[in-house]
Amino acid sequence: MPTGSSKRRLTAGAALVVATALTASACGGDSDGEGNGKGAGYNAGIGKVANKSTKKGGTLRFVAKQDLDSADPQRAYFGMTWDFMRYYTRTLVTYDTKPGAASNKLVPDMATSTAKISNGGKTYTYTLRDGLTWEDGSKLTSKDIKYGIERIWATKVITGGPAYLQKALDPKREYKGPYEDKTEDKLGLDAIKTPDDKTIVFNLAKPNGDFEYMLAMPSGSPVKASKDTGAKYTQRPFSSGPYKFKEYKANQKIELVRNTEWKKSSDPVRPALPDRITVSISKNLEENDKRLMAGDYDIDMNGTGMTQSGRTTAFQKHKDSVDNMETDFVRYVALVTKAKPFDDIHCRKAVFYATDFAGLQKTRGGKVAAGDIATSVFPKAIKGHDDAYDPYGIRKRAGKPDLAKAKDELKKCGKPGGFSTKLTARNDQTGEVEAATALQEQLKKVGINAQIATFSGADSSNLTGSPAVTKKRGYGMVMTGWGPDFPTGQGFGQPLWDSRFIAENGNYNEAQISDPKIDKLFDDAIGTTDLNKAGDLYKKLNKRILDDAVWMPFLYEKNITWRSPRTTNVYSAAAYSGRYDYVSLGVNDKK
Amino acid sequence: MTAPLHDTPADADPTEDVAPAAGAGVRKVEGRTLKQIAWNRLKRDKVALAGGVTVLLLVLVAVFAPLVVGLLGHPPDEFHQEELEDLTNLPKGAFGGMSGDFLFGVEPNKGRDIFSRVVYGARISLLVAFLAAVVAVVLGTIFGIVAGYFGGWIDALISRVMDVLLAFPQLLFIISLVSVLPDELLGLRDNGVRIAVLVMVIGFFGWPYVGRIVRGQTLSLREREYVEAARSLGGGQRHILFRELLPNLVAPVTVYATLMIPTNILTEAALSFLGAGVLPPTASWGSMLRDALGTYEHDPMFMVFPGLAIFVAVLAFNLFGDGLRDALDPKGTR
Repeated sequence: MPTGSSKRRLTAGAALVVATALTASACGGDSDGEGNGKGAGYNAGIGKVANKSTKKGGTLRFVAKQDLDSADPQRAYFGMTWDFMRYYTRTLVTYDTKPGAASNKLVPDMATSTAKISNGGKTYTYTLRDGLTWEDGSKLTSKDIKYGIERIWATKVITGGPAYLQKALDPKREYKGPYEDKTEDKLGLDAIKTPDDKTIVFNLAKPNGDFEYMLAMPSGSPVKASKDTGAKYTQRPFSSGPYKFKEYKANQKIELVRNTEWKKSSDPVRPALPDRITVSISKNLEENDKRLMAGDYDIDMNGTGMTQSGRTTAFQKHKDSVDNMETDFVRYVALVTKAKPFDDIHCRKAVFYATDFAGLQKTRGGKVAAGDIATSVFPKAIKGHDDAYDPYGIRKRAGKPDLAKAKDELKKCGKPGGFSTKLTARNDQTGEVEAATALQEQLKKVGINAQIATFSGADSSNLTGSPAVTKKRGYGMVMTGWGPDFPTGQGFGQPLWDSRFIAENGNYNEAQISDPKIDKLFDDAIGTTDLNKAGDLYKKLNKRILDDAVWMPFLYEKNITWRSPRTTNVYSAAAYSGRYDYVSLGVNDKK
Repeated sequence: MTAPLHDTPADADPTEDVAPAAGAGVRKVEGRTLKQIAWNRLKRDKVALAGGVTVLLLVLVAVFAPLVVGLLGHPPDEFHQEELEDLTNLPKGAFGGMSGDFLFGVEPNKGRDIFSRVVYGARISLLVAFLAAVVAVVLGTIFGIVAGYFGGWIDALISRVMDVLLAFPQLLFIISLVSVLPDELLGLRDNGVRIAVLVMVIGFFGWPYVGRIVRGQTLSLREREYVEAARSLGGGQRHILFRELLPNLVAPVTVYATLMIPTNILTEAALSFLGAGVLPPTASWGSMLRDALGTYEHDPMFMVFPGLAIFVAVLAFNLFGDGLRDALDPKGTR
């Protein structure tokens, strides 16, 4: 959803604040990585499991530039937080612990099976497993799950998390949340029923084929009412998973230790290998890369990839310990259809032809560090992705522009000499202003003069996220990036292209696409519980958006990520935007 | 030019200029203007002259940037990504891709010609530094002379304002100002707005330095006999301020302006470094330094050249300014 997604977007390209960069290498670690074993091999964690092991014990050491946005399961929206939360929260269903795209499959976690769907796709019923416990040993019941989900409604206290469940279950927000709930057990939400301690039934307002994906987000986690500290819950969440908090100092460190009350027999998903998990939070990305390579840490929790400097050293000296992972991020330029001359399809097409996609790719780091040239509006792991459809011949020309066709389109839109417009880029996103500068230079060749406007990512929701400001400032092209909240067409694209999602503020349909056909395709795809059928509809959506030349994807983002040689069971999971699946990790020594 | 009428011995004591040795009528004593005296002294100061020549060169390079780049480089905004390595995106070849074609090498990731960008960067740096110094000198002289001459509550008021401005966190102010600026302002657009703001703000926060010096000088000058004389002859305040006092303030003000330019160059570079300078793709030294930060370990040359440009410009202006001060201020010690 809009607001929250913006946070996920912020994490995507971690900001390199100049001030912190200035102190780079102030206390540099030994970047030669002496004392390090040999890595499992380049890309050993892509599509397969690197260092497969069932060995228990030891300490897994994360480093992170950025702290969890919230440790409270109902308030978290960062992808990396969702990945990390599987250590201490459980959901009815969750992502499979398999490498690559296979991770996008949902498997039962606290439930005995995935949902029994009835009532024309409006009723979802789950039965809970035996032996579910809280960290104090008490039994975890369906009422705890209902209470946890109810917290989403209490938006005055529980801020920041995704609202998908609320929108699917109670779109009019008739329920006011557990803190204003007058019933005795605070379980007043009508849409969720708990006939007994082991059964939970969800009644949707209308069918939504992606509903189980919404339950797999940590916002579908249980919270024990007697342990709910409201806004302070983030400081010490109560664990239902194999680890519990020993220490949490915001923006400094996290330490998790084993939750001895958790029963392996109740949990088919989590191997729970290390005895201890630590996270050290440190703002300096360059320094973090160095210390990873020196063996002081194992994994970067943010998972946003190494810096250019870090990956150059890693490639030169430790290529065996890096993976080139495919994220679910798409870098794109939205062409604002309400801004002149982009109200004319031919002027939009001119941009598609004049853009040197290969040049943009190179500017952001090249094929390996930046990713593949995008020609579909969906990332590769989402059904609806279609690289075969290439109406502008971008793939055929290997990303190079077709200036003759661009000039042709300019003539057709009545601007044979080109035109002037404004291109926005966020200056705290690594590589974005650079890519915008490259695009500016490319478009100049056909007479399109794009002045670059830069601002911080935090400001974007009030600038490009506001149609009024976009109009006032004359923004014509918006360069940014986007990743899905859950891996379906709805979870990726509805905020971007559905006209009903255009908001006065925090709008992500930057192009202001207002096309009844697109809206209808979303409704049809969401209405079906058959994911393949939905995928076909999303393919049509992909075609429609590209044909209309309103939203120009240019890169399926990739990262270069470090895994220490001592880390075991490492694999990149599409479900967490290509990050390693944290819950599976272990270490092979007792340190 | 005011060439000196007589050669002075190279080893002469500087004070000799003011009162040439009355060598038993060997030379006829002639009055010399301040300009002549200063030029004589400056000419003997080799370090200052070197600074002056460098400053002149920098100005010429900045003015004729298109010509220089046309002869020796590539257009500053042109991408040459074929000059970059496949995997690392760093320049091919040693020393950041330095070659006959790319004198200072190319940028990582984009492959733009660093030489051309350093040359064009000089335009922004010098333009902003000069204009800001002009703003500071004009404001500083006006307020300084008024405060010094009139004294009383006017002096107190202006002096307190100067104190406030000197204590003001200038960098923070500009950074926040730039982030709320509109794209168009008073008929200027985009980069025009940015440059105007840099000039006005740097100049505005710089005038109290000039103002204090001018005020101090005025305080002592207004008690001099010739001012008394002018007053007793019925000279109006405007006459005394601009005809009697101002000409005698030219020397210190000139010196201070010259010494202010390198400070302004540094301020502009710092602001560009922090992202509050000109907009991309326009080159400026500070923003080049920032761009170079990400790869300084593997491609140090990208950081060396803009850094060197700032260093040379600041040093040259400082040396020249110091020499000028020595030349214009006979009482000053070397």
